[in-house]
Amino acid sequence: MKHLLSAADLSRDAALQILDTAKQLSLATEQGVGKLPPLRGRTVVNLFYEDSTRTRISFEAAAKRLSADVINFSAVGSSVSKGESLKDTALTLEAMGADAVVIRHNSSGAPHRLANAGWISGGVVNAGDGTHEHPTQALLDAYTLRDHLRGGQGDLTGLRVTIVGDVLHSRVARSNVLLLNTLGAKVCLVAPPTLLPYGVQDWDCEVSYDLDACLEGADAVMMLRVQRERMNAAYFPTSHEYSNRYGLNVTRMNRLSPDAVIMHPGPMNRGMEISADVADSNRSVIVEQVANGVSVRMAVLYLMLGGSESVK
Amino acid sequence: MTSYVIKDVCILDGKPTDILIRDGVIAEIGAGLKGDEVIDGSGCIALPGLVDLHTHLREPGREDAETILSGSRAAAKGGFTAVHAMANTYPVADTAGVVEQVWRLGQEAGLVDVRPVGAVTMGLEGSALAELGAMADSAAAVRVFSDDGKCVHDALLMRRALEYVKAFDGVVAQHAQEPRLTQDAQMNEGVLSGKLGLAGWPAVAEEAIIARDVLLAHHVGSRLHICHLSTAGSVEIIRWAKSRGINVTAEVTPHHLYFTDEVVESYDPVYKVNPPLRTAADVAAVRAGLADGTINIVATDHAPHPSEAKDCEWTAAAFGMTGLESALSVVYETMVVTGLMNWAAVADRMSVAPAIIGRVNDQGQPIAVGAPANLVIFDPRASELVEARKTVSASRNTPYAGRTLPGKVVATFFRGKPTVRNGELNA
Repeated sequence: MKHLLSAADLSRDAALQILDTAKQLSLATEQGVGKLPPLRGRTVVNLFYEDSTRTRISFEAAAKRLSADVINFSAVGSSVSKGESLKDTALTLEAMGADAVVIRHNSSGAPHRLANAGWISGGVVNAGDGTHEHPTQALLDAYTLRDHLRGGQGDLTGLRVTIVGDVLHSRVARSNVLLLNTLGAKVCLVAPPTLLPYGVQDWDCEVSYDLDACLEGADAVMMLRVQRERMNAAYFPTSHEYSNRYGLNVTRMNRLSPDAVIMHPGPMNRGMEISADVADSNRSVIVEQVANGVSVRMAVLYLMLGGSESVK
Repeated sequence: MTSYVIKDVCILDGKPTDILIRDGVIAEIGAGLKGDEVIDGSGCIALPGLVDLHTHLREPGREDAETILSGSRAAAKGGFTAVHAMANTYPVADTAGVVEQVWRLGQEAGLVDVRPVGAVTMGLEGSALAELGAMADSAAAVRVFSDDGKCVHDALLMRRALEYVKAFDGVVAQHAQEPRLTQDAQMNEGVLSGKLGLAGWPAVAEEAIIARDVLLAHHVGSRLHICHLSTAGSVEIIRWAKSRGINVTAEVTPHHLYFTDEVVESYDPVYKVNPPLRTAADVAAVRAGLADGTINIVATDHAPHPSEAKDCEWTAAAFGMTGLESALSVVYETMVVTGLMNWAAVADRMSVAPAIIGRVNDQGQPIAVGAPANLVIFDPRASELVEARKTVSASRNTPYAGRTLPGKVVATFFRGKPTVRNGELNA
């Protein structure tokens, strides 16, 4: 794996290798051996053009647990705010010997440019680009689903996952539809028609405007963050109406099957797309998602930089 | 003045013959002609010099991207003998002073007729009419008015502009883009934009403006021109309007004849253009519309940008691609090789019709004895790998880089003088 730019880059086997590797790394970490050595002497740059504390510290923790040297390059307070181009930043990182660049950018496709424009030679991990993709989020979601519903093994064949919210602007939804399909799960997207991308009917998933019709039979419900500002662009009339029609509250939660889990990529708008009671319920695996994020990102960096042999 | 004889060249779809050029005009056509200099035209096609109704020459203001001289050179290299310089310069070409400057710089370059386009509204701001009459009466004799790059989206202002330019036989060339439907738009809105996570530019944003404007033109009895039409629906609307006798003309760019939006999957901003590249169905429709005359002309929308405007991430990149040097080869590949048009139709769409729309004297005339010697000699047997670094334009944002295009401009004559010879600039 030279780069990880899109969840579509991952075959079933490649995705399972990442999940299996993440499991082994997680066990090794739990055994309390402290830092693992495989990326000693390698440099991982976290290049973040958007504020994203959780994703950045997740990648940082992942790289450090593998003994990599980590450079955090944040757009805030760096030369980027002085107007430096992505190209010049990339050339700088290349000169500094970055072995991998983890990039979060508000422009869809920026990681593709970074990987393919000939500016750098190292690997590129997409940590979320615009409204395009967020493949490591999909991997950690798949990992969490597998842990809870498939005993931490194999793929996700037969699972039904309902993804609810602002699909139009969601990189999480795009990556999840791709990866969950690759792993055999069935995805249903639920949103008001204004928040679904044009052409979504051609995606490999079901689409519904009715949340209540999509709760029964779901093994997992993934709620997407909905920015309140969207109502100013007429995507929906008020946050109150959105919450009533598409929010996950206790009444709706109680209609789910007993084993179904509730997920959210964070950060949550409590009271908007998810009620506090649901977020804090015992069905919620939201905190686990965060923990699994570190393991999955360790696996991605390990496989990208450390080689493809399994972890000892 | 040196005389030139082009030997054994086919005039459009005709049989090989000789053309003698002397004193700026076509002096003789026939077999066995003699002149001071001989150009071998065997296997080549002679067309009237190409006329571009839509060119961005960037001067004044963005001489880092193109100058009137460098753009004139690129135009000549591509077989053009006249270009219309769009108004979105810095300062905007919205006064007699600016259009006269552009016109004069074009004359000094002396490689093509540079016809300035005047802005419709002051500063392209869409709120008040520019001094259209002053530009029409100036030495530049402006006849084409456009806010290109921006749509004249206010319906009342558009109506007034259409009416006002009737006084001097002008035409409003509309950049059809409903602004609210295209806020932050990055590429054609379709399945691919959803997948790539790039904000969509829906076909309806173009079609709604065209529909409104043909109805306005009908209502006030004015002449309307539609810039860079790009969708199947737009072709249908123009076809309908013409069937109703509405005085509308339309252009399509070479890149909308050639590319589909699938190339955007690379996220390479060289393919970022406005209006965006569309679907295969749209490409088929604009080709068919050009072939049957619904779309009157090919116009390049040559839009040079410095490399830093393209050597970046997609959303940060500028819209636009160069096109003067590749236009004839692209039309040859997409329209002639495919059997959709013959050479007479190419001459009509790229020379005769644009000259009429732009009211350009001495251009777009049939190749006949006594006509001004504005000619392009095209060798359809040749083919060339396009290399960005070899472009004559001051900018390198050609979307054809790395592709091989068929045919080659062997020679261009501008008022009897060769601006291109042996495929190379003669100046």
